[in-house]
Amino acid sequence: MMQGLPLLSLAIWAPIIAGVAVLLTGGDRNASASRLIALIGALISFAVTIPLYTGFNAQAGGFQFVEMRPWIDAFNVNYHLGIDGISLLLILLNSLTTVIVVIAGWEVIQSRVSQYMAAFLVLSGLMNGVFASLDGLLFYVFFEATLIPMFIIVGVWGGPNRVYAAVKFFLYTLLGSLLTLVALIYLYFASGSSFSLFDFYQAQLPMAAQVLVFIAFFMAFAVKVPMWPVHTWLPDAHVEAPTGGSVVLAAIMLKLGGYGFLRLSLPIVPDASLLLAPVVITLSLIAVVYIGLVALVQTDMKKLIAYSSISHMGFVTLGTFLFNAQAVEGAIIQMISHGFISGALFLCVGVLYDRMHTRNIADYGGVANRMPVFAALFMLFAMANAGLPGTSGFVGEFLVIMGAMQVNFWYAFAASVTLIFGAAYTLWMYKRVVFGAVANDHVAQLQDINAREFLILAVLAVLTLWMGIWPQPFVEVLHVSVNDLLAHVSFSKLPVQ
Amino acid sequence: MTSMQKLYLLVPLAPLAGAIVSGLFGWLIGRRAAHVITILGMLVCLAASIFVYMDVMAGNLFNGPVYTWLASGSIRFEIGFLIDPLSATMMIVVSFVSLMVHVYTIGYMADDPGYQRFFSYISLFTFSMLMLVMSNNFLQLFFGWEAVGLVSYLLIGFWYNRPTAIYANLKAFLVNRVGDFGFLLGIALVLMYFGTLDYAAVFAGAERLSANTIELFPGHAWSLMTVICILLFIGAMGKSAQFPLHVWLPDSMEGPTPISALIHAATMVTAGIFMVARMSPLFELSETALSFVLVIGAITAFFMALIATVQYDIKRVVAYSTLSQLGYMTMALGASAYSAAIFHLFTHAFFKAVLFLGAGSVIIAMHHQQDMRKMGGLAKYMPITYLTVLIGAIANAGLPPFAGFFSKETIVEALHHATVPGAGFAYALAVAGVFVGGFYSFRLVFYAFHGKERFADPDHPDVKAADAEAKVAALHDDHAHDDHGHDDHHGDHGHGKPHESPWVVTLPLVMLAIPSVSAGWLIGTFVYGNYFGSAITVNPAHTAMAVMAQNFHGVIGMMSHALGTLPFWLAVAGAATAWFLYIARPALPAQLRRQWGVVVTVLMEKYGLDRFNDWFFAGGSRALGTGLWKGGDIAVIDNVMVNGSARLVGWFAAVIRHVQSGYIYHYAFAMIIGILMLLTLAYTR
Repeated sequence: MMQGLPLLSLAIWAPIIAGVAVLLTGGDRNASASRLIALIGALISFAVTIPLYTGFNAQAGGFQFVEMRPWIDAFNVNYHLGIDGISLLLILLNSLTTVIVVIAGWEVIQSRVSQYMAAFLVLSGLMNGVFASLDGLLFYVFFEATLIPMFIIVGVWGGPNRVYAAVKFFLYTLLGSLLTLVALIYLYFASGSSFSLFDFYQAQLPMAAQVLVFIAFFMAFAVKVPMWPVHTWLPDAHVEAPTGGSVVLAAIMLKLGGYGFLRLSLPIVPDASLLLAPVVITLSLIAVVYIGLVALVQTDMKKLIAYSSISHMGFVTLGTFLFNAQAVEGAIIQMISHGFISGALFLCVGVLYDRMHTRNIADYGGVANRMPVFAALFMLFAMANAGLPGTSGFVGEFLVIMGAMQVNFWYAFAASVTLIFGAAYTLWMYKRVVFGAVANDHVAQLQDINAREFLILAVLAVLTLWMGIWPQPFVEVLHVSVNDLLAHVSFSKLPVQ
Repeated sequence: MTSMQKLYLLVPLAPLAGAIVSGLFGWLIGRRAAHVITILGMLVCLAASIFVYMDVMAGNLFNGPVYTWLASGSIRFEIGFLIDPLSATMMIVVSFVSLMVHVYTIGYMADDPGYQRFFSYISLFTFSMLMLVMSNNFLQLFFGWEAVGLVSYLLIGFWYNRPTAIYANLKAFLVNRVGDFGFLLGIALVLMYFGTLDYAAVFAGAERLSANTIELFPGHAWSLMTVICILLFIGAMGKSAQFPLHVWLPDSMEGPTPISALIHAATMVTAGIFMVARMSPLFELSETALSFVLVIGAITAFFMALIATVQYDIKRVVAYSTLSQLGYMTMALGASAYSAAIFHLFTHAFFKAVLFLGAGSVIIAMHHQQDMRKMGGLAKYMPITYLTVLIGAIANAGLPPFAGFFSKETIVEALHHATVPGAGFAYALAVAGVFVGGFYSFRLVFYAFHGKERFADPDHPDVKAADAEAKVAALHDDHAHDDHGHDDHHGDHGHGKPHESPWVVTLPLVMLAIPSVSAGWLIGTFVYGNYFGSAITVNPAHTAMAVMAQNFHGVIGMMSHALGTLPFWLAVAGAATAWFLYIARPALPAQLRRQWGVVVTVLMEKYGLDRFNDWFFAGGSRALGTGLWKGGDIAVIDNVMVNGSARLVGWFAAVIRHVQSGYIYHYAFAMIIGILMLLTLAYTR
């Protein structure tokens, strides 16, 4: 039915074109037109991704909805798109998040509205581009291009220290990914003058080269995830970013790193991945434990959730490098679930910040007395963040822990610590902010969430519960893709001696 | 789906529907509709449970999936039911006590602004607990396990304006998470070795894997079953409040009394006991694990009972008594007397619910005063409450012919016959605990319901002591009792005589008092009649229950036999001591407290565990977190590495900048040197 349409191109370019259209509305005189066009654009962009799910054949291996056009003939670079189950879920999450972010910024953003909305729409298209690219150079271009709108979002609409945070974010991630280009050029020659990921997958590489390529990729993706110890840009970026920026950053942008490991590192350099897995696993477990403790003592709500994000993303890298079906599927599910939960938590903080203009936990107390509906939703997301069964937060962590046990008891042991720390930092924050008697006059003035805020939080609440109670529809589309991936990893690419 | 299967589904879904309606639409439908709908849900649930129970007794067991939660790799994680005598019995207990508590709540929470929310929570709890006991696999067990923990958290913190309540609920959740940490690792080990989380498949394969060992530390091979069972039991220690993870339960008394009865006495805290009984095919394969269970249970049973003897808060007395009784159940598990453990769980559910709800009834009459020093002589004002609490106390003390006697006596006997290491230790503590149990049970009755009417006498030394203590606590301690949260509406009629509670409160008391008297008489079928069938496995080498079955000659025989045994007379002695101290010589306790100051302090301080946990675990992890944050993230990573490399670039640029001087001859000179170097390089090769 939809076979004729280039759906992936639509998923990439619809939001970008919508972004340009929003920009054309000009200054803040036309703010309401900007918002409306942005919303329509985001909804259309989301709508075009739905046929990707309905038309996706979960039983078929390989990539679907493939599009292929030459781009730079001289270097055999192609506009080559296609998705498997892993990219599918991330594209859907990304497009939905964009709708939510546009609605979230509806009344809050009053200056440079058209640019704000356009930045998010363009960013959304670029990130879909990353998830859909089957060409190494195309991937790299999209991957790097996402930095620009996010840099602008943090730098323009951010908090008082936004310039420091934006520059730190930009340099950190840019420096991390510079070597990726070198690695891609090396792979171009190693695979017989091609940038196609398929040719990369086939290329035989000696161990030394694999390790170097792995390190080059690792630096880019580890910064993005972010993994300990290259994580310190994230709390700063989150604290300074506007609410929408934090939501997209946590919900989608971090996943570019996790996705990079799955799409590039594992299948292209499987032997190096196996060789260096203990290092990655160790760093991931440090993230879970160390960052969990650091999150506990944060006094700023956004910083706390940012640290919690790092800790939860530790499960993604951990699961990815355990190389068994439960763990890898758990890692992917964790990415999606973290998109719902961290997005929702940042929105919750945004709701409070818009009213109180402070993110300091100590400035709150007894919010439940004034905002019962908000308190209930916030409780759900807090529990999901603590990995409560029945919410999406449990599924990924559970699968990764089950997968970790099959590799090493102590991996599972260290990962399970999150059960305690995750609950401790999330619920302790919740207690101090929401429970208790009304702490001060500002809290006493609070109004409960309005229909717009309720709508976006309720959508995320439904998704969080759905994925917790019946995750099968989410996992179903992953099986074949994950099996393909694991088959790649188990097949050595060292040249035959 | 057969009609029976639909009925299984109806059991948990009826309360869930009530919870959803009352929780999401409570603001719309109002208070009355909220309790009507949830209680209707509970009635359906109880009726269906009874029907299922009958069906199971007729021999129709069920084990099957409801839906596939998730399939990953070759493993299917399913939601499904296992309906056998064990789960059917639990279903009856849960739905019956829950229904009683629902009715009671109408009276107890009558003036509370969170009325609908409360009904929603207790129905949600019932749903979760039923999913837990009806599960046919470890995953769903864990689901229910955590879900009841969540509702417990929400209900302990129900009055979220009270600092003590929101401290207690966080503590409860986190301590339970420590247990769940072990529990989840145990489940992961099961999945790894058995390749499934389905009970039936795991139990069938257990024997085959019983010789396997696992090396957690290089060079130390441990029995796989021991490791799995101890990890699973750590989960039970959290949920069933066994030493040293018991610390959350006394604080959970900050929640409204109905949930203390339902969650923290009759049902949720027994989940750990149920779980170990369910896992009997695994535990029976590890003597070490059984020993561990036995010793932990013994410590809990005796030392927690001691704390109950010095408490003044009527709910805390009952709470510590619950800890002690849970210890007895745990000991029974360790002695392979699973049926006795479940039987004690069964009788305890009734008599402990009576004690809690009775305490609640007293608390209403006393205008939310919980300090027994300010009570006394209540018996004549509230006869129904008095009688039902008396029944509960006698049952709790383990005196015949009341329910507690049969179950507790069986456990003590089983410990006597048990052969696993530590059985002697456990038996000694269990017998000693019977005396303490008799004492604290009757202390509560005599102190609150008999003697001087201290509530109307502000000059009584006990009342003065209580007031002074409350004043100090209010000044110095955030965690102290806060009586101002919820009972303001009672203030205006605070000076009248106490009176009996309304029928919605007394009816559940009576309904629960009846089985508190009579449930023990079922011992013949329940414990010795192969009632559980294949649901419980006992290793033939563990002969305690088999020997006792041969010696069992009916209910009357058991009672007459008990008259000649030590535990019976110890229970009587405990009761007599309570009578002597609180009726005959009421001035004596205060004197004894002064003479035994150190002992009393140790008990009042709960052996210092709370302080230690606060200092070591809570304080320690905060200090560690601060250290890692300031020392690791900020000092090393950000200042040295990130900003350090930025400074390095800046310094380098500052040096390099001098090269760009702007003078043509500098550039020309540099160019010439460069060309010379290149030429040298080219020609020397």
